[in-house]
Amino acid sequence: MSTALFRKPLCSALVLFNKTLHRCPEKRRYAIKSGILERVVAAFQSISGDAGVSLGDTVREQHGRDESVHRCHPPDVVVFPRSVEEVSALAKICHHHRLPIIPFGTGTGLEGGVGAVRGGVCFSMRKMDQVLDLHQEDFDVTVEPGVTRKALNSYLRDTGLWFPVDPGADASLCGMAATSASGTNAVRYGTMRENVLNLEVVLADGTVLHTAGRGRRSRKTSAGYNLTNLFVGSEGTLGVLTKATLRLYGIPETMVSAVCSFPSVQAAVDSTVQVLQAGVPIARIEFLDDVMIDACNRFNSLSYPVAPTLFLEFHGSTRSLEEQVAITEEIAKDNGGSDFSWAQDEESRGRLWKARHDAWYAALALRPGCKAYATDVCVPLSCLPEVVVATKKDLIRNGLTGPIAGHVGDGNFHCIMVLDPNDQEEVGQVHQFTERLARRALAMDGTCTGEHGVGLGKRVLLREEVGPLAIEVMQGLKATLDPKNLMNPGKVFPRFKSHLLPLCL
Amino acid sequence: MSARVLVGVKRVIDYAVKIRVKPDNMGVVTDGVKHSMNPFCEIAVEEAVKLKEKKLIKEVVAVSCGPQQVQETIRTALAMGADRGIHVDITGKDYDALGPLQVSKILAALAKKEDVQLVILGKQAIDDDCNQTGQMTAALLDWSQGTFASELTLEDKKVKVVREIDGGLETIKVSLPAVVTADLRLNTPRYATLPNIMKAKKKKITSVKPQDLGIDLTSKLEVLRVEEPAQRQAGVKVETVEDLVSKLKDAGRI
Repeated sequence: MSTALFRKPLCSALVLFNKTLHRCPEKRRYAIKSGILERVVAAFQSISGDAGVSLGDTVREQHGRDESVHRCHPPDVVVFPRSVEEVSALAKICHHHRLPIIPFGTGTGLEGGVGAVRGGVCFSMRKMDQVLDLHQEDFDVTVEPGVTRKALNSYLRDTGLWFPVDPGADASLCGMAATSASGTNAVRYGTMRENVLNLEVVLADGTVLHTAGRGRRSRKTSAGYNLTNLFVGSEGTLGVLTKATLRLYGIPETMVSAVCSFPSVQAAVDSTVQVLQAGVPIARIEFLDDVMIDACNRFNSLSYPVAPTLFLEFHGSTRSLEEQVAITEEIAKDNGGSDFSWAQDEESRGRLWKARHDAWYAALALRPGCKAYATDVCVPLSCLPEVVVATKKDLIRNGLTGPIAGHVGDGNFHCIMVLDPNDQEEVGQVHQFTERLARRALAMDGTCTGEHGVGLGKRVLLREEVGPLAIEVMQGLKATLDPKNLMNPGKVFPRFKSHLLPLCL
Repeated sequence: MSARVLVGVKRVIDYAVKIRVKPDNMGVVTDGVKHSMNPFCEIAVEEAVKLKEKKLIKEVVAVSCGPQQVQETIRTALAMGADRGIHVDITGKDYDALGPLQVSKILAALAKKEDVQLVILGKQAIDDDCNQTGQMTAALLDWSQGTFASELTLEDKKVKVVREIDGGLETIKVSLPAVVTADLRLNTPRYATLPNIMKAKKKKITSVKPQDLGIDLTSKLEVLRVEEPAQRQAGVKVETVEDLVSKLKDAGRI
């Protein structure tokens, strides 16, 4: 490739570098030295083509932020590989020059996981968007990292199969694997941990690893260490996921949804526990507190009673549903539940669930102009009422806006903290609240992050949760797989001189 | 009501696929590309199945024209709740030249043969965007038509159709027998569930040839060329309004 071709983007990049250094030093400074940047960009272009490398400010900013409240940490350059061979070749270059590698799926994370805190190269996986091998009778499929969960389910729609893990966003499946995501269905179908059979990973030095062996997709295995689940939840700190083999399920014959109000949080959670103990294979059981229901009513012009509410969904054959619904209704009634509404066909169910799905936006609408941060604690079911009640008292005592919505069937709930990012005092108070909440959960044998991951904001809490020894073991594994610490640096592990707040605004 | 409904379903390239033009510019690449039922046909099937579930009609017959593969599309309709399928076997050059006129002749013949009171079709196919088959079929049968339906209600011997038109919504009442074409907001089609797909394997699909129906498939259309839309050019940033004006002048725009 002639030098003229790579000088062009570099020239403009360097001009911009000088121009913008004086304007927005925080946002646009390059972490990589300009000499090295020039060389690696040329090498990247020879692998992924001119269209596969971007130094544009906007592109870098887009790839330096996710949907969390953490501020944008743009990478120095964004690459768009089209195949695992390209990912490997690009990684080798980064490895040689000691450049951080940050994998990027859809940027819908909630913990700042894609922020390039030390600059580096963002690997945007969006061009690798093929659904590869579908084995209908084996209920498995292999996907590339650019495939989102909705795209996969749309692809599968004629087969009667679906992938049920459904976090709020239309996230990329490999991104979901990287954060060990879960959704409203986890109580019945599990989280990513239970549903990833195999991964193809490119390590920091370009090595391509198949965690369960190339092409393997047996539904169970006891062959060697469980490398697949080591990478699930590793948040891009161990390697770039380039393929995921996923477990599929049959689309249920019938789905019935229901809503029910309760006189107290205790009553709602007690009902949840009893439904699960009764052996009802409930598919979704979601909790909204009175503040959240009120917000939803206002946002969608609904009129649910403003009280602790459960949204439920049952999957199965028509006959088994009658039984499931009857048992649940009885339990709810015994706990003071009222105002049942049922829905069976797709459109009515959609309307019923809209309130729950729009929870995030309904919360934001309570205070226009504000941002939102979701807490994510998860505790054993029996501890849930106590934690939720104590949390609500905490919110009221400190005058904070934090409507609660959660996957109560897993003991996981989110306080959607609505805050003004410019009000430093409120920011500080919310930060302290979230720490108290996390510690409250940890004190009850729970976790500070049920499904969002550690990212930037929960690193200190991770150490408290698993203990320094487990952290050491994790860091040992990290050092083995990524000795130069190039893979998504600054995430998951508490920094040596950590003083960072969970909310870096 | 003892009405029978005929639903046409077309096998098209899946809406999520990136279309590529063949090197000879005579068509698009279809080999190895994912195909599925035309989304508007899904809506048509859903509407027919809903009518049957409400016991307003007796039987839903799904029909598709094309080679062996279209049977997959018919099976999907059966999994959604259609009772039986008809595969009109057309292959090779005849299939390449198949267009709304030929299909509407076939549908008209089948509507008569199967003693159908209502034909529900998608308003258009996402590959050719013709939006002609429904209208032509009604004309060939000399039946009423309600196109771009966002709402369909059966009332005794008539159909009330709310049509989506440019200015808003138009409600008409047409007498049966009729042809209705489904627009986007008519309903949300159900997913074919695995148990229903299994059950659908037992439902019957009969194969017929267009000659058996007495249809002449000759097309009066000839495809001359297929091209991709022009590549979008990169924009240019300018610093001042004067620059903008002078650039527009240079480009002959003002």
